[in-house]
Amino acid sequence: MSFHTLNDFLVMGGHGLYVWLAYLTTITVVVGNVLAVQMARRRYFRQARALERRLAGGTVADPGDQTGSPMKGKQ
Amino acid sequence: MSMSASLSVSQSLKAWWHKLGSPRWFYEISGPWQRLFGVLALVLLVTGTVWGLAFAPQDYQQGNSFRIMYVHVPTAIVSQSVYMLMGAAGLVLLVWRMKLADMVLSAAVPFGMSMTACALFTGAVWGKPTWGAWWVWDARTTSMLVLLFLYFGLYALRQAIPREETAGRACAVLALVGTVNIPIIKYSVNWWLTLHQPASFTLTGAPSMPPSMWVPLLINVLGIYCLFAANLIGRLKLTILERERNTQWVRALVREVSA
Amino acid sequence: MNPKRRTRLVAVLFLVAGTAISVSLVLLALNENINMFYPPDAVVSGEAPIGAQIRAGGMVADGSVLRDPNGLDVSFVLTDYAGSEFKVRYSGILPDLFREGQGVIVQGELTDRGHFQASQVLAKHDENYMPPELAELSPGHQKQPNLIDHGR
Repeated sequence: MSFHTLNDFLVMGGHGLYVWLAYLTTITVVVGNVLAVQMARRRYFRQARALERRLAGGTVADPGDQTGSPMKGKQ
Repeated sequence: MSMSASLSVSQSLKAWWHKLGSPRWFYEISGPWQRLFGVLALVLLVTGTVWGLAFAPQDYQQGNSFRIMYVHVPTAIVSQSVYMLMGAAGLVLLVWRMKLADMVLSAAVPFGMSMTACALFTGAVWGKPTWGAWWVWDARTTSMLVLLFLYFGLYALRQAIPREETAGRACAVLALVGTVNIPIIKYSVNWWLTLHQPASFTLTGAPSMPPSMWVPLLINVLGIYCLFAANLIGRLKLTILERERNTQWVRALVREVSA
Repeated sequence: MNPKRRTRLVAVLFLVAGTAISVSLVLLALNENINMFYPPDAVVSGEAPIGAQIRAGGMVADGSVLRDPNGLDVSFVLTDYAGSEFKVRYSGILPDLFREGQGVIVQGELTDRGHFQASQVLAKHDENYMPPELAELSPGHQKQPNLIDHGR
């Protein structure tokens, strides 16, 4: 351990503001990247499930089996 | 190696290359990889960050502000690697027209962009106590800012062109052309007089710091690469689901998950 | 590889090579201007303009730092350890890393050949990191290498 007390650790020899600002920002960005994917995935399945239910109920026309992307085809 | 063995190796490589062209195949095999890289990233990043923040010794000149290195260097390195990967994906898309390459080109942008912004921000926060300024216009900082704008450009271009195929090719060209900036970032500190110091690590020389300082840095660099791998797979799977939302296999998957 | 793909590959390679060449030419043309500061030899030789806002850099010469005991005024000499040096005057707070033998970059203007009035002082640090205990053991490392040498 490079510090003797918790206070030393927080103050960082007077550079605490800079060090903690850099670390907290980076951690926020990293966690944000992880959460963004998880939330988008959940949202996708929620919406897709709702669509499937409406299709089963016959309130919307079935799109059928589409390829989705124009880039499909033999390479 | 015998002739037939090398032939079968090249054939299986070719088969693998063709399979890569199938988003469904990628979706189905990538789950375990995403989890593996995710767990590795968590373990490595927590270890490296705690080590760098609390256990690595302080620097004889900079004191504790040098600990910003443990977040600044990994984000800066990975932001450039992500861009190089997008350049490679651009090449594959333009020449081989592989769907997955286009998806990589779109799925890697948010991570790369946020890492570039993070590297610039932590650099500014490190610059204030060491240099005495938040920002200077030297060759390194300016070329890094150009990288951020290239990421903005890739994001905006994708939004601006409604036709998926055209947007993909436009992004591929921008990604490829932009790779010219990567060696400029890397060698800016050697080619010109800059305030930013040269690299502490080179392929040939010994690192210019003791192991007690560079080991946690290496752990964080490896960790951020694992995080990128996991994040890219996650975003690719999402892109695949969105682009193939009307195919039988995706609809079956949705029904399966909801059941 | 089928001919269609080969054509596309060649076109793409031309695109990248063309961009790389044009960017290199621009950078070569701008070469001196991309340097962030004038090193001491450029200040002394007359390459750096007098009376214009510029940045100059060098190593703080040992024993050259004079502080006004009643204020923030300070003067010091910047050298390249190769015979070129100039004097800097500054009034204000110096960065933490400012010390003798340290690389610094000053912003301001040359009043005459060899005298610089600085409005800002930036500390340049090198790529070496070391725990304090280790630095004490190896006094040779205390002195930074010449930070203004590379790039030329």
